[in-house]
Amino acid sequence: MNSTALLSAAKDGLLTGSVYALMATGLTLIFGVMDIINLAQGILVILAAYLSYALQIHWHIDLFVGLLITIPTMFVVGIVIERLFIGRLKGPEKTAMSILVTYAVSLLIEGALNMTFSVNDVQLQGWYVNRSFAIGSVHFGYIYMAGFVLAAVLLSSLYFMLYRTQFGVSVRASLADQTSAALVGIDVKRVSTICFGIGVAVTAAGGMIYGATNSFNASTSYDLISRLLTIIVLGGMGSLGGAMLAGVGMVFIGDMVGVIWSPVWSSMSYFIALTVVLLIRPQGLFGKQSARVA
Amino acid sequence: MTTLLKAENISRSFGGLKALNGCNLEVEKGSITGLIGPNGSGKTTLFNVVTGYVKPDSGTVTFDGADITGYEPDKVFARGIGRTFQLTRIFARMTVLENMLVAIQHDEGWLRGMTRSKSSKVEVDNAMEWLDFVGITRLAEMDAGSLSYGQRKLLELAYVLVANPDVVLLDEPAGGVNLTLINQIADKIRTLNEQGKTFLIVEHNMEFVMNLCHSVTVMNQGTNLVTGNPAEVRSNPLVLDAYLGGGDDDEEVEVAANG
Amino acid sequence: MLQKKNLWWLLGVAVLAAFPLIVTNPSDTSIGVITLLFMACASSWNMFSGYSGYIALGSSVFYGTGAYTMALISIHTHMAPGAAMFWLVPVGGLMAMVIALPFGWIALRVRRHTFVVITIAVFFIFQLAAINFSFTGGTSGLALPFIQWGFSYYNVPFYYVALGLVIFITIVSAAVRRSRFGLQLLAIRDDEDRALGLGVKVIAVKITGFTLSAFTIGMAGAVYAMFVGQIYPQFVFDPVFDISVALMAFFGGLGTLTGPLLGALVLEASQQYLTVSFSNGSLYLILFGSLFLVVIMFMPRGIVVYVKDRLNKSAMARAAVATDQLAATGAGSSS
Repeated sequence: MNSTALLSAAKDGLLTGSVYALMATGLTLIFGVMDIINLAQGILVILAAYLSYALQIHWHIDLFVGLLITIPTMFVVGIVIERLFIGRLKGPEKTAMSILVTYAVSLLIEGALNMTFSVNDVQLQGWYVNRSFAIGSVHFGYIYMAGFVLAAVLLSSLYFMLYRTQFGVSVRASLADQTSAALVGIDVKRVSTICFGIGVAVTAAGGMIYGATNSFNASTSYDLISRLLTIIVLGGMGSLGGAMLAGVGMVFIGDMVGVIWSPVWSSMSYFIALTVVLLIRPQGLFGKQSARVA
Repeated sequence: MTTLLKAENISRSFGGLKALNGCNLEVEKGSITGLIGPNGSGKTTLFNVVTGYVKPDSGTVTFDGADITGYEPDKVFARGIGRTFQLTRIFARMTVLENMLVAIQHDEGWLRGMTRSKSSKVEVDNAMEWLDFVGITRLAEMDAGSLSYGQRKLLELAYVLVANPDVVLLDEPAGGVNLTLINQIADKIRTLNEQGKTFLIVEHNMEFVMNLCHSVTVMNQGTNLVTGNPAEVRSNPLVLDAYLGGGDDDEEVEVAANG
Repeated sequence: MLQKKNLWWLLGVAVLAAFPLIVTNPSDTSIGVITLLFMACASSWNMFSGYSGYIALGSSVFYGTGAYTMALISIHTHMAPGAAMFWLVPVGGLMAMVIALPFGWIALRVRRHTFVVITIAVFFIFQLAAINFSFTGGTSGLALPFIQWGFSYYNVPFYYVALGLVIFITIVSAAVRRSRFGLQLLAIRDDEDRALGLGVKVIAVKITGFTLSAFTIGMAGAVYAMFVGQIYPQFVFDPVFDISVALMAFFGGLGTLTGPLLGALVLEASQQYLTVSFSNGSLYLILFGSLFLVVIMFMPRGIVVYVKDRLNKSAMARAAVATDQLAATGAGSSS
């Protein structure tokens, strides 16, 4: 182990981690506002990656230009899923049902993707995908840098929206307490639908970067969703800042373990980190302590 | 008269809001003690501290001479402090009788508790007796979720009583129910008190409190303001002040304390 | 009434017991074995998750533990291939319980929504461990002692052992439902904090339930390993297994005794049949997903509850009248 390897792991943690943070933020936003656990987030990332892939293969549209199409498309996909299924769930079992519904949705999408694109792995291409530049002895892949910038821009816009707009106030009120939000005249249902749309829309950017840095097929979604879920639990469910920090932190830990010990154990370290944190802080790093008296 | 339940110098903050600020309370054995005060004065938070749902930042809770500060709710209940909630909390998808059976206490080992039948004849009889006492025996086999609000209040009262606690804490027993039922509940409390049961009652309905309670403590801004018999409290100018002034700020405290 | 109910159960057991005598085609009885194993798992899952409302999505941790216990012990003790290996089935169940205890201790201290996610994370720890540790044989898996029973006869012993597991878990599940312990699990489902305030030791009850439900799932995993003869980490620690078991219980009726059994019977049998008939797995995913959405959206409490509600409609109406009368006599409330 040397300092270059450590620096490199730190860089990867920040660059790759920010993309995970982006995807996980979508997930935690949906949970925080709606009490919905969206198990379909993984397959939606893959769906978005395939959208970029299709645009590239059939119309030769560059990956980044393609985002202008895929982000709105994924937003609409999110709205449709919410309107058709999620919005109809109610009652004390809502969260549990949402897990099953979104899982069923993800099975549907998985089947459709397998039929359309076959189960062979693909990877997104572009002139920048395999290039990098070096600062000292640390190499920076263009696509990783682009992913970082993209995640940073989208996350900042999300924060701007949440903290500087009227809609953001409604969202934050709904995050804090849906009943009270409804009582002060916020249309919680509309806020929920839009949040679901936004939470899904971020998968367009996440999926594009993911697809350009990894080869994937529909079943890759299982690995993805497990990581995303781990991130949001680690950060504290419903905490946006927690999701960001945990996203970066987990990739960082994974890479460190890979460098120091063995790459074989790097993905397992995510889950072990999670277990350790939960032993000490059951509500996650930035989660709210659950109130016991309703 | 001996003191059964005593809270000394209890403080608890939620964020920057001091829901309780050095609050004291004593409940005499065999009494009906009332706890009143404007919205947000910390009554429910005090209940939560006493019953273990909220841990105090400082102060001690003593019950029957033993320090029970920071006990978990199940331990507090097992020691003999029963409690109802402001918004009734019942087990909606279980029958009324099953609700009762959950609360029946046993001093028994872990394995025995795991394997024993839920409904021995003695227990069912005991449960039915209390359902009869509050007058909802007919509903025993119905899902508790299908009960009306008033019936839920009665059920909650019954299943707290079935465990035979030494003291019962009632959070707004008369809140949101009609006059007939209010009188009915007051009668039940009086009957039980004559049999030796101690009560601590939070209530906004002044008539209910003044008619029923032997001793009343008035809370304001997280601390105890005045304690005395109903007549003394009624005539105390401080009490009037507390009710007329500063209600707006305190409203938020209540929200924070309950959220 | 009770007599009639018991008769239905006996009839069900009789039909299941007679199945391999009537249908002797090995490919059909093989579907039977797998279906029965899923029935046992779904019922066992339901005994904790259905009763307590804590949806666990890491059941394959127990299934896989049972399977690896069977494989590792039979291989390392050089066991003679044959019926004696069935003695390892309860050992597999016990190992699953040993795993479940610390698993539950970590996962059950959090809120129930977080619990779901933690079970998924723990599942991935186990899958990765099975892939990466050397004693599990890694991705090439483990081959169990080869049992040389005749082709036409091979499935039958497995079938009856699996049926035994189903009967066992049904009896245990019914006993739990009738016990004080089961009552406490249901109370936790409805309002955990209120239950705590009524003296229910919620943590102990939850961990016990979780651990107890691991036993039968572990046993089913052990039978499965012995049945297929070769196990791979990705098939015994399978995310689809985790969710399928939950889906089956939901499909039939969460928290009911018959629901998970029927759900598993219908879903697993049709899945096995469809996989044999259509070689197209993708089409199967789409069918399964759609069927599921339909059931959740239109019968959110499962088929068994849905049918029961329909049948009880008149009884419910009578009860409603009773409530009205009671309200009219003054016991009701103004709000």
